[in-house]
Amino acid sequence: MSKHTLSVLVENKPGVLARITALFSRRGFNIDSLAVGTTEHPDISRITIVVNVIEDLPLEQVTKQLNKLVNVLKIVELESSSAIHRELVLIKVRADNETRSQITEIVQLFRAKTVDVSPEAVTVEATGSADKLEALLRMLEPFGIKELVQSGTIAIGRGARSITDRSLRALDRSA
Amino acid sequence: MTEQATGAHHPQPRAPRAAQQPITEQVTGAQSLIRSLEEVGADTVFGIPGGTILPAYDPMFDSKRVRHILVRHEQGAGHAATGYAQATGKVGVCMATSGPGATNLVTPIADAHMDSVPLVAITGQVNSTSIGTDAFQEADICGITMPITKHNFLVTKAEDIPRTIAEAFHIASTGRPGPVLVDIAKDALQAQTVFSWPPQLDLPGYRPVTKPHAKQIREAAKLIVQAKRPVLYIGGGVLKARATDELRILAELTGAPVATTLMALGAFPDSHPQHIGMPGMHGSVSAVTAMQKADLLVALGARFDDRVTGRVDTFAPFAKIVHADVDPAEIGKIRAADVPIVGDAREVIADLVVAIQAEHEAGRYGDYAGWWAQIDLWRKTYPLGYDLPEDGSLSPQQVIQRIGKLAPEGTIYTAGVGQHQMWASQFIDYEKPYTWLNSGGLGTMGYAVPAAMGAKAGMPERTVWAIDGDGCFQMTNQELVTCALNNMPIKVAIINNGALGMVRQWQTLFYNERYSNTVLHSGPTQCSTDSGSGSAAEAQKAQNLGTRTPDFVKLAEAMGCVGIRCEDPTQLDSVIEKANSINDRTVVVDFICHEDAMVWPMVAAGTSNDEVLAARGVRPDFGDMEDD
Repeated sequence: MSKHTLSVLVENKPGVLARITALFSRRGFNIDSLAVGTTEHPDISRITIVVNVIEDLPLEQVTKQLNKLVNVLKIVELESSSAIHRELVLIKVRADNETRSQITEIVQLFRAKTVDVSPEAVTVEATGSADKLEALLRMLEPFGIKELVQSGTIAIGRGARSITDRSLRALDRSA
Repeated sequence: MTEQATGAHHPQPRAPRAAQQPITEQVTGAQSLIRSLEEVGADTVFGIPGGTILPAYDPMFDSKRVRHILVRHEQGAGHAATGYAQATGKVGVCMATSGPGATNLVTPIADAHMDSVPLVAITGQVNSTSIGTDAFQEADICGITMPITKHNFLVTKAEDIPRTIAEAFHIASTGRPGPVLVDIAKDALQAQTVFSWPPQLDLPGYRPVTKPHAKQIREAAKLIVQAKRPVLYIGGGVLKARATDELRILAELTGAPVATTLMALGAFPDSHPQHIGMPGMHGSVSAVTAMQKADLLVALGARFDDRVTGRVDTFAPFAKIVHADVDPAEIGKIRAADVPIVGDAREVIADLVVAIQAEHEAGRYGDYAGWWAQIDLWRKTYPLGYDLPEDGSLSPQQVIQRIGKLAPEGTIYTAGVGQHQMWASQFIDYEKPYTWLNSGGLGTMGYAVPAAMGAKAGMPERTVWAIDGDGCFQMTNQELVTCALNNMPIKVAIINNGALGMVRQWQTLFYNERYSNTVLHSGPTQCSTDSGSGSAAEAQKAQNLGTRTPDFVKLAEAMGCVGIRCEDPTQLDSVIEKANSINDRTVVVDFICHEDAMVWPMVAAGTSNDEVLAARGVRPDFGDMEDD
């Protein structure tokens, strides 16, 4: 089993996300995490997919199949060594007068933020790699986690190169 | 957008007919649809009108350039369009209304997807304001067909219609061909708009690669001249790329054996000495075995389908693989390629010819003499054949073989799916491309009659024989009415063995002769037998022969066709000659055949191609049977 992060640039059109997720399920892949958003170009959306695969060959197959979708402009696999991966998590932690200060101490240690406070709970916002967020969660768990919501991973390559440049040119040519 | 398309300094290679004068007209969305179909060159549309597509049928009534053929079931429209496409090489077009009309197209769309047939399906959709409300005859046909189309479109604005139609035809016909569905909301068809042509295509993510990589081509040529036991493994992609002339040059230049798959029959003449037959589950012993023993497979436009490979881990164990396909996702999908080549088969083969010539000029030739001696021995020892029934009834193989021998030159054959399809692939000689149309990938029973109708619509001067089974025929025979009423005289041979023959064959071989629900003409007292005991089987046989429901001759006549029955082998040729002589009406011949005939050779499902059986219990001797 290995985790792979795919950045997929797609035309910003209705139904594109459905085509992509349907393709994963049809070819027997499980999506670990999914994040969709706009890019610097209004006609292009970027989908970041983290997928767990058993060996490399079927990942190649799913990438090739994705590339065949007419609305897909480009697919790049972002290796963890050469890209920055981030997730966002909001955690509602049980808190009272005794534990609140301990919680805020942990929050500071992880460079997270307290975004809401009430007599019974503290809501923490944290961003980071999956490992870091897991460590934070381990620290907060003993206090009691009332609710947790997590975003999909987003990722971007290190250095000056942009993966959108060439796709933008293709888009300009056809427009 | 039109002014850009005319500018010589703005070349628009993707836009059709970009060099012509642009057209601009005030029209409705429906009129712009029909005008678009005229401009893309769609001369024939198979379909049935209904509520939401109705606006499109009004201007269709007036069109001089688009002929609409009113079918009896949307499935027939879809298969007719694929038959038309496969026979002519043009994009097939079918049209249906929303909801049930659209869902009836699902089978032919899936069929076209599996067999890479260029097809554009146009469906009506409920008003854009009603989409998602479970309106009358609403179905999410774009959602339904997402995994079985190359691409699909939902059009909700009239001004998008011409561009979408142009894009649909472009996508359907280029790269790896396939079906494209265009779902158009009724209010878009009714709205006023400006029709302008040619439209500017907007497909930034669609860039099929057709030009093969030169280094890979050189690598492939090197392997071909170095190989001792090569086989050219030819798939339907060679027909789709219209590369049969190039293939012949390549084959004769290399001297290598050629195997053509079910989808490629006719791509290389069956009579050519280098043709070793069809590979796969019911392929010839020579083709199956040659591929198993080969040291090099050159796969051109083929996709290593499970019906060809048998058990994949034992398929062609000694072979290096050169795999050329226009679809990069096919390469390495089933079997890793030593030399992967992405490109259009025609360009690949043309480049390979040049590269092989360069090898020859450098004095490097492939020496396949020993290989041919081996293959010739297999061909001689295990030719395709069949035994005539001892009871004097018609042999289905013989019927099909005689049809092939007596049909005029250039005859197009279509088939349903099952035993008759395999016999038609084995016992008819295909000398010319685009003369064999069948449902290979999806295995759609009922394909033969509507596909033959479509082929006849596209090639009216050619004889079209539909080789059908009595099971298949009962799925789509209503299109004979369409043939009769629209002057499309096809010929149908019903290989009537009173059973779902291929399933029955499996029951004979793998289910202890328990014929559960495969007897089609059974009488009211028919019941399954627990064993193959003689008396019960005899009783059942007597029962089956006594019932003739439906009576295909009467059925054919009721549908405006000529119906003929043939039960006597001595009459076989005269009946076929008679059918061939009737060219102003559709002819249906009910050939009452022996029910126990089986398709051989056979590689049982899930087993290795090394286990090919030439006939029941007869495994060819490859000199490796020390255990036996």
